[in-house]
Amino acid sequence: MSVKQALLALLEQGPLYGYQLRAEFENRTGGTWPLNIGQVYTTLSRLERDGLVEGAGVDAEGHVVYRVTDLGRGEVSAWFTTPVTRDQPPRDELAIKLALAVTVPGVDIARIIQQQRTATLSALQDYTRLKRAGRAARPDNPADMAWSLVLDSLVFAAEAEVRWLDHCEARLRRAAVEAVFVPAPPTVVPAEQDTTAQDTTAEETHR
Amino acid sequence: MSQHTAVLHLDQVTRIHGSGATEVHALRAVSFRALAGELVAVMGPSGSGKSTLLTLAGGLDAPTSGTVSVEGADLAGLGNKGRARMRRTSIGYVFQDFNLIPALTAIENVALPRELDGVRGRDARAQALAALEEVGIPDLAERFPDDMSGGQQQRVAIARAVVGERRLILADEPTGALDTDTGEEILRLLRARCEARAAGVQVTHEERHAAWADRVVFLRDGVIVDETGADPAESLLSSVLPR
Repeated sequence: MSVKQALLALLEQGPLYGYQLRAEFENRTGGTWPLNIGQVYTTLSRLERDGLVEGAGVDAEGHVVYRVTDLGRGEVSAWFTTPVTRDQPPRDELAIKLALAVTVPGVDIARIIQQQRTATLSALQDYTRLKRAGRAARPDNPADMAWSLVLDSLVFAAEAEVRWLDHCEARLRRAAVEAVFVPAPPTVVPAEQDTTAQDTTAEETHR
Repeated sequence: MSQHTAVLHLDQVTRIHGSGATEVHALRAVSFRALAGELVAVMGPSGSGKSTLLTLAGGLDAPTSGTVSVEGADLAGLGNKGRARMRRTSIGYVFQDFNLIPALTAIENVALPRELDGVRGRDARAQALAALEEVGIPDLAERFPDDMSGGQQQRVAIARAVVGERRLILADEPTGALDTDTGEEILRLLRARCEARAAGVQVTHEERHAAWADRVVFLRDGVIVDETGADPAESLLSSVLPR
């Protein structure tokens, strides 16, 4: 997660201390990605070491306040003007699980898909409940709008996951009907035989 | 009437279209309930039976076996006249393409089912205006459908579906022709209506929109294969308890 850039961007608005930074971050993201205060201070000291922030003294209650440097401002502006890269897709446990379920013998993949769809749809209902009520429902200030958009992001991602599951199910069913795809046998076979079996399957697919 | 009475109750409903070699089992012994105060979403691939379920619930088609009851009355036992009356007084339908009458203004569209039910013109108009207020567009009462956006037309359609305090709202892809934001406004209205003790059934293929429901039911090949969301009894309880 880009904690570094997020903290720098928050400091662009004015000097803040660690707990304020955490509160401002969570105000905008609704605690979707909780920050622990240790992480905030570790990041701040790295940013200070790299010359991106500097101490701005101590407030009345003894909090060390930080402000962004010119170098830090450049870093924030570069972050906002550069697209997030996708060259290394984040690890997707569900995609990996299905990829293995399709190839490992004796796994009830239809059941995996059905259970996951139910779970993801329940999560989608939870996000929607948060959208319906609370401060994301009718955002009237920038931080509430930010949180509402983060919720939308979770909603769209969950929806994409369910659609992909539907798609997997449809493709596997069609493959089963057309018998182009012979599911792996339910027993574990020795490695060499397994290779042969897979070759045969591949050949049948091409025919 | 007890709170637990289902506004809509399908009991062991089977619907077979055609016969012999071309026989299609659209629904197979499906039992389904929608209680007052809840919005239920029905999902499933094309041909899964979700539209059949809605058509049967609305009394527009009859089951091959099993019973469909609305407000405790078996639709089959009502006869054609009784069913037509039930549709005018208890059941509201919302369609994907709004289905407003283009030659009538918004308020006339909404008042129409009341007038067909024998309510005097003035009273029907007053009820229609109240329904348009409920969906937030009393100022558009004299507009014709062609002069309204899709979202506004769907609001009129919802007003028409709820006018006369009908307690069962059946919605067939109500957000299908609308953009995400407008669609969500429509779902907000449907929910508000259900929270005011109506029962709503929404057929949709959009998970994002199904998630506005209290329960989501999955149909496949005419059978309910899964269900997610609050247990109906539990949601009833929580709607009674202060939050």
